[in-house]
Amino acid sequence: MRITGVLVARGYNIESLTVAKTLDPTLSRMTITVDVEPKLRPQVIKQMNKLINVLQATDLTESPSVAREMLLLRVRTTMESRTAVLKEAEIFGARVVDSSVEGFAIEATGDPEKLDEFIDVMRSYGEIDVTRSGLLAVPLDQKKLRLAPPIVRGAAPIEEVHYEKELV
Amino acid sequence: MTKAANTPAGELMSGAKMLLECLVREGVDVIFGYPGGVTLPFYDALYDHPIRHVLVRHEQNAAFAAQGYARSTGKVGVCCATSGPGATNLVTGLVDAMMDSIPIVALTGQVSTKLIGSDAFQEADTFGITRSATKHNFLVKTVAELPQILHEAFYIAASGRPGPVLVDIPKDVFQGQGHYAPVSSIHLPGYKLYTEGHTGQIRRAAQMIWEAERPMVYAGGGIIHADAAAELRELVEIVDAPAVTTLMGIGAMPGTHPNYISMPGMHGSYAANMGMYEADLLIALGVRFDDRVTGRLGSFAPHAKVIHVDIDPSEISKIRTADLPIVGDVKRVLEKLNRVLEELKPEMQPKKSAGRIAWWKQIRTWKEEHPLEPSYSLDEIKPQHLISEIDKISKGEAIVCTDVGQHQMWSAQLIRFNAPRLWINSGGLGSMGFGLPSALGAQYANPDKLVFAICGDGGFQMSIPELATLVNYGLPVKIVVMNNGYLGMVRQWQELFYNNRLSQVTLDNFPDASQLAGAYGFKGRTVARPEDLRAALDEAVADPGPYLLNVLVSPNENVYPMVPAGGAINEMVLGPPQPVAV
Repeated sequence: MRITGVLVARGYNIESLTVAKTLDPTLSRMTITVDVEPKLRPQVIKQMNKLINVLQATDLTESPSVAREMLLLRVRTTMESRTAVLKEAEIFGARVVDSSVEGFAIEATGDPEKLDEFIDVMRSYGEIDVTRSGLLAVPLDQKKLRLAPPIVRGAAPIEEVHYEKELV
Repeated sequence: MTKAANTPAGELMSGAKMLLECLVREGVDVIFGYPGGVTLPFYDALYDHPIRHVLVRHEQNAAFAAQGYARSTGKVGVCCATSGPGATNLVTGLVDAMMDSIPIVALTGQVSTKLIGSDAFQEADTFGITRSATKHNFLVKTVAELPQILHEAFYIAASGRPGPVLVDIPKDVFQGQGHYAPVSSIHLPGYKLYTEGHTGQIRRAAQMIWEAERPMVYAGGGIIHADAAAELRELVEIVDAPAVTTLMGIGAMPGTHPNYISMPGMHGSYAANMGMYEADLLIALGVRFDDRVTGRLGSFAPHAKVIHVDIDPSEISKIRTADLPIVGDVKRVLEKLNRVLEELKPEMQPKKSAGRIAWWKQIRTWKEEHPLEPSYSLDEIKPQHLISEIDKISKGEAIVCTDVGQHQMWSAQLIRFNAPRLWINSGGLGSMGFGLPSALGAQYANPDKLVFAICGDGGFQMSIPELATLVNYGLPVKIVVMNNGYLGMVRQWQELFYNNRLSQVTLDNFPDASQLAGAYGFKGRTVARPEDLRAALDEAVADPGPYLLNVLVSPNENVYPMVPAGGAINEMVLGPPQPVAV
């Protein structure tokens, strides 16, 4: 909520947001797709980095990265077009994850444009229902996380406080 | 040392006791607060604890008082409120501290963890509500994590760019028992502070400063927070540059220093604004290019390159692109910058000396053409007259707290301060009702200092409950109400920009000052004649207790110079329209 708050407070529309734990279960990685004017992007990244529980925020718009999205799609189809649907799914590299007499549930991954096309194709076979994951991305250049070191705090009472101070 | 602090490590104690233990370790000597249902266990532990508690009369004023304490001392101020309405009442004070980067820690009670989310009595989503009102906030879920969180809260509030931190503590966490061991270190890997400043950038900055013909130092609240006033003064003197300080930076330069011009911006002086406009280099130190300073951005300092020093990277190039950014603690950066400037001085200073002489001549001309001067009248007390009398009494040494509006601007223009942390006002948020409670906190922290609360008649009436607190704790704040019977600044805008259609700005029925103060047990009076003003102020200051001086000033006076909203800073309106001879 802190992170989305940074965006919402500035009136940006979040197009997609994914969150999951990293290899270190105490940390999460988020991929956020948001429509921001190019010249305001550095400011948004700075605002995110300013959040105390954000270790690092990076703008992947122009840096080397791989981005993928997943979708789950249910298509109702007639018995006659079942084979055609399976063929199309194969072309898009999608997998059937459930099959019934009414149709299929299909899983597809790819870049968002490819998934848009897949949805268009499936729509031509019958009624569909779609759930998209939102974009997931990983940067390709290896950046070391810059972290703040621990500091000593609260170990000893602060001596110079005088509680006996009387007011005039 | 206190008894509580000597308890052996690992001792079993309640969350409430643990909290007090941590506060002792953070050097807290006073809490400004207001108790309630869920904070009962905490207030019970406080009952026989040496930490003092100031019982304010409204939670908003607890936050303002904590700010007055923090702004006048540089230490973290602490305020406390119960759940629900107590916490929501704190919010204005938190946002105010956020805008002005003031270190306070707010402790709020919360309903028991098992009741959170059930719409329990006096439950509010304090954590959610205060997320954007604080630098950081915490909801404590177990007794075990309480000490760690508390120390983190103080560290975050005071370090880097200071700000408010809220710790929301459920009732069962106060009541729960845990083994307390002093926290030895805290680790916030995502909280990165860049304090030192890039050496190469600092060298380049020094080069740019010597190469400029028309440099202007533009210093703000960051100088005060970093305790860098001495370093700022050194910089200004090494390069003999003119300096302006923002509303938040007043006091960073002594008000009588020959290089000091004044505040720039919407109600800044002619010389300060023209200087900013004509400069070829802005040395921006701990400032954020607020819209009240820059006016129309496209016409702000159009000829200037900008060196911007700030501890918060997100301020750099947020409003005005910095030609030379330096992220760092302005004190540390100035220490280094001053050495390089001195090193380069013999070689560089002579090069631009002719240009610099012409620049100073120009600035002096601007100052002489349109000085910031009080106006006087024999018939009525001019507000500027009142403020200049306070300036004379203060001699640059008194703490002056204000609300927001005309009286704040006149005070900023006409009261000169010898040191930082004397000028206390709500700059960024512009909260009415800030003056009196912040003066309360400042007086508590500085019992031997003369403290003025200069309020408008509007803002004062938002703070009246705290008169009881002043008496309660023997805080001899001198309250000066600049009473023009209007919400003056709003009236001024209605006059100038809304055809003088005065809509809901008349404040009738101001209470009688001597009766009001008398009802609380201290002295007050109303003064209306210019010839009585000085004696009345002297009487107020001489009185050993708090004093309420209600000063009836000319009701229709406007603050000038004025840069109309969205205007360019070199196009100031210098005064009311003059009668034309026919």
